[in-house]
This record gives sequence, C-alpha cells and structure tokens, in this order.
Amino acid sequence: MTTATLAGTRSRRITRPLQYVALLAYIIFLGFPLLFLLITAFKTPQELQSPTPAFLPQQFNVDNFTAAIEKANLFQAAGNSLFVAVLTTVIVTVISLPAAYALARFRTRLRGIATGWILLSQVFPFILIIIPLFLVLKQIGLINNLFGLVLVYTVWSLPFALWMLQGYVVGVPAELEEAGAMDGASRFRVLRTIVLPLLAPGLVATSLFTFISSWNEFFFALVLIQDPRLQTLPLTLARFVGAEGQVQLGQLAAASLLATIPSLVFFALIQRRLTSGLMSGAVKG
Amino acid sequence: MTSTAHAVSIPTTPKTEKQGKRGKRPKVGGIHRGGRDAWLLVLPALIPVVLFSVYPLAQGILLGFTDAKAGLNQAVTYNGLDNYTQLLGNELFWNSFRIGLIWAFGVTILQFFCALGLALLLNLDLKLRWLARTLALVPWAMPPVIIAIMWRLMLNPTYGPINGFLRSIGLPGDINWLGDFSTALPAVIVVGVWAGMPQTTVTLLAGLQNVSAELHEAAAIDGASTFRRFWHITLPALRPVIVAITTLDLIWNFNSFALVYVLTAGGPGGQTMLPMLFAYNEAFRYGNFGYAAAMGNVMVIIIAAFLFFYLRSQARSRLS
Repeated sequence: MTTATLAGTRSRRITRPLQYVALLAYIIFLGFPLLFLLITAFKTPQELQSPTPAFLPQQFNVDNFTAAIEKANLFQAAGNSLFVAVLTTVIVTVISLPAAYALARFRTRLRGIATGWILLSQVFPFILIIIPLFLVLKQIGLINNLFGLVLVYTVWSLPFALWMLQGYVVGVPAELEEAGAMDGASRFRVLRTIVLPLLAPGLVATSLFTFISSWNEFFFALVLIQDPRLQTLPLTLARFVGAEGQVQLGQLAAASLLATIPSLVFFALIQRRLTSGLMSGAVKG
Repeated sequence: MTSTAHAVSIPTTPKTEKQGKRGKRPKVGGIHRGGRDAWLLVLPALIPVVLFSVYPLAQGILLGFTDAKAGLNQAVTYNGLDNYTQLLGNELFWNSFRIGLIWAFGVTILQFFCALGLALLLNLDLKLRWLARTLALVPWAMPPVIIAIMWRLMLNPTYGPINGFLRSIGLPGDINWLGDFSTALPAVIVVGVWAGMPQTTVTLLAGLQNVSAELHEAAAIDGASTFRRFWHITLPALRPVIVAITTLDLIWNFNSFALVYVLTAGGPGGQTMLPMLFAYNEAFRYGNFGYAAAMGNVMVIIIAAFLFFYLRSQARSRLS
C-alpha cells in the first residue's frame, strides 16, 4: 500500500462523519416541509389552534380530507384539471410525434430554427406573451373556456415535448428503417411496425411530462379563467389560501396533498428517464 | 412559467451521430424527398406554435410601444417611447426590478451551492443516499402553488414549526416571516431554493458522474488532497454543465411567478414584488396592457444583457 492511499483512508475516517452530517441536514431541509404538510393534514382544528401544538396528530383523523373536498369544490376543480391535462397531453403527443421524427431524421434548416425557438421561448417573460394571447383568445371567445386553456398549454408545452421526443427518435437506429425498406415494406409500415414500438418508452415519458406540466400550471390559468366553476386545481387552492384561518390549515394541507398525488405518481414513473436520458445532452455540452 | 414545468435539456447533438447519419440517411426509402416531407410532418406542430406563440410574442413586443388598455373598443395608438420615458420615472417599477434581481441572483447562487454540495454527497457511496435522492426530486413534481402553501404552513407565525423550534431553544419565536419587512424577501428566497433544487442537483450529479475517474486516481496517487482534486479536476470538467444550468436557473427564477404570488402576493408593502407580479398587476388589475408590455420588453433586454456578458466571459475563459 502506498502512502497516498494510507493518507486517503485516514482522512476518510475524519470526513465520513462530516459527510453524513451534511447529508442529514439536506434530508431535513428537503424532507421536513413535506412531512409537516402530511402531519398537518391529519390534525383536528383544536390541535391546530392549540397554543402549544404537539408535533404529531393525536389520532389518524381524515375529516380534513372530506371537508376540503366538499368546501373547495375539489372534485370539480380536479375534473377541470384532468380534462385540460389529458386533452393537452393527447394533442401534444399526436402533433409532436411526426414533427419529432422529421426533426431527428431530416437535416434541414428546420432543426436549427426549432432549436433556436425552444431556447428563445425560455428567455421571454410570460407577461409579453399572455397579454396579446389574452386579446386574441378574447376575440375568438376562448377566455373563460377550458378549450382556450388547452390551446395555450398545447402551444406552451410543445417545444419541450418536441425536443424530448426527437431525442428518443435519434436513439432508434436508422439502419432498422433501411432494413425494413429493403424488405419492401412501405414507409408508413416501417414507421408503424418498427419505429413506433421502439419509441413507446419515449412517448410515455413525453406524454407524462406534458401531463404534469399542465396539471401544475398556474399563471395562464390565473389570467384566462375567471369563472369559479372552470377553475383548475392550482387556482382553487390559491384562492383557498387567501381565505384560510388557523382552523382551516388542516383542510388546506389535505387538499394540497390530494392535488399533488397525480403529478407525484407520474413523476415517479418517468423520473429515471428524465434524469438519465435527458441529461445526457447537458453533460456532453 | 412554473419551475416544475422545466426539465433540463440543453440541446446538443452528440458528435458521433452527426457524422454517422449524414452518409446513411439517403438510403432510407423515399428520404431523398426529405425537404418537403419534413415540412409536411412538422406542419401540425408548426401552425399552432406560430399562431399562438410566435405571433403573440411579436405582438407583445409591439404592444410595448402602444397605449393599449383593457376593455372593448379601445383605440390603440403607437406612442413611440412614451411608455419607456414614463417607466424611467416609475420608482415602484425600478424598486420591483431591484427586488427581482436580488431574488433571481440570490436563488440561483444559493441553489447552485446547495445543489453542488448535495450532488457531491450523492456521488459518494453513503447510506441513506436513496432517501436524499428521492427527496431532492419531489419538488420537481409538485405544483408551485402547493410548494407555496406548504411553506406558508412552515413559516406560519403561530402554528409553524420554524417559530416553534426557535421558541423551544429559547429564542423569540413570534417572527412573522412572510409579513415582516426585513424577513419576507429572505424567506421567499429560501423557498425558491427549495423549489428549484431538483433540476440543478440532477444536472450537476450527471456532470459529476462524467468526470474521469482515472484522472482522480492519478492525482490521488500523486498525493493531491481531496480539495485540490475537486478544484483542479472536478470543477474544470464540470464547467460547461455549471454554465448551462446557472444560465437556465437565472432565466427561470427571473421569470417565476406562481411561488411568490401565493406566498406573499408581493407583500408586505411591495417587499417581494417581483417584476413579473408587478407587470401582472399593471396589466390585469389596472388594465394598462401597453405599459405592462413595455415592462416585459425592459425585462427581456436586461436579462438578455446579463446572459450575453455571462456567457461571453465564460466562453472567453474557456478558450484561454
């Protein structure tokens, strides 16, 4: 054993405990707010108002969940959110699939333009887009209309979905298509029987990501939806915040937890792809 | 838009693909007609983007040079630079701008150091690593509105655990974090850091895993300390990733809205009035569309200038 590795093990004996202390600090910083939200959702109004609140709830009390669902019209809001998110996801997936294929397989000027637009669209503050969009949608009667929201979400999540999906198309070897074409299969058949099955995981990841973005979105909904019956979940919850008293904290927490579940579940399904597949681009940059 | 909406992808095509594909593609059936086919395939995506994204954006920029107001049948006239001369004298706007810069830089810088620390830890073989990794990803999936609600609970003056903790160790535990002039902005920045950790951590971690292990071993055998190895090997290798993610973070943070809207709505007394909130109020509360669009234009120009100088200085030091 060389002296260098000896020194390494010695310094490791000192740094390991420090590393665990740091890791624990991160776990508390990141995890405690989530834990506290969970705990609050199960507390009774009496417990919430107590001058010396106990950390854990005395019993497993689900009143907050039922009360929140009734009071905040959570079902209706969830229905609206679901409608908007699902429709957006379907439209985005259907129109981005051929476009992603074209961007990945044909080297035309389009590719450069698309990349440029995706980057550029990140820089502009949404206030610049939302005012004219508001005026346009008003003219065609899509303000206070869930279809108007679908339209905006489609346009807004398209660049990213497109970019994500074309990454997956690049991953499907062009040789497979050549082989299919040589065997006499038509272009459409090659796409349907060879390319599409291989793209399935990418399609799933892209559509789930689109769903999450639409489900979570707040700013456009705030501007475009005023009718309380058409509010999406983030809007309903944000309104709830203004009216909250100490007593309703439990209900607010319960409603928040319920509203997070769909995104969280979908995210759990795709996070490995998001973090490995997509990042490869960043790393090579 | 909302921070959750973004995943990190910095579009770069790996080199090998570029070389490999050029030669092969023409062989695929029918692809020599590439140009027209490509346009046809892209069209369904292109039309809505142009109609509802490119056009409104161009319109929005132009709107910044008009006196457009909310309401039907308002005659809109171009008023040249009137909006901007008026903005120059608008102290509230510049104050909001200052707050926006403190917020954007504060969150981006803190986020970067926090995320770098976490990424370095996650890159080690520690127990409980899975837990920290999972927790670090959760904010990515949460709607920003709910992140804000959760932190309102945390920072609640009477019920919140932060004040509770301060009380239990004998400190004054009645701080109204989000309602006090001196604490509101720092508190909001902490929430911003929490909310934006995932993308930054994951990107940096991916970067770390690409740092050559051989170089590290060689340096260790030569007797370089952990810190020296970090400084001379890890950091330079990580540099492109760092530049990319801090640039994106800065843009996202400067344009963020939902988190602070729900946390404080710009209060107390405008202490957390980010430019986006300010412009939103101007447009949709007071109906001054043209003036609000002018604010948007100013924001674009300043953020673009920052990015230009930042990216140029990075490109230069990379060359030298």
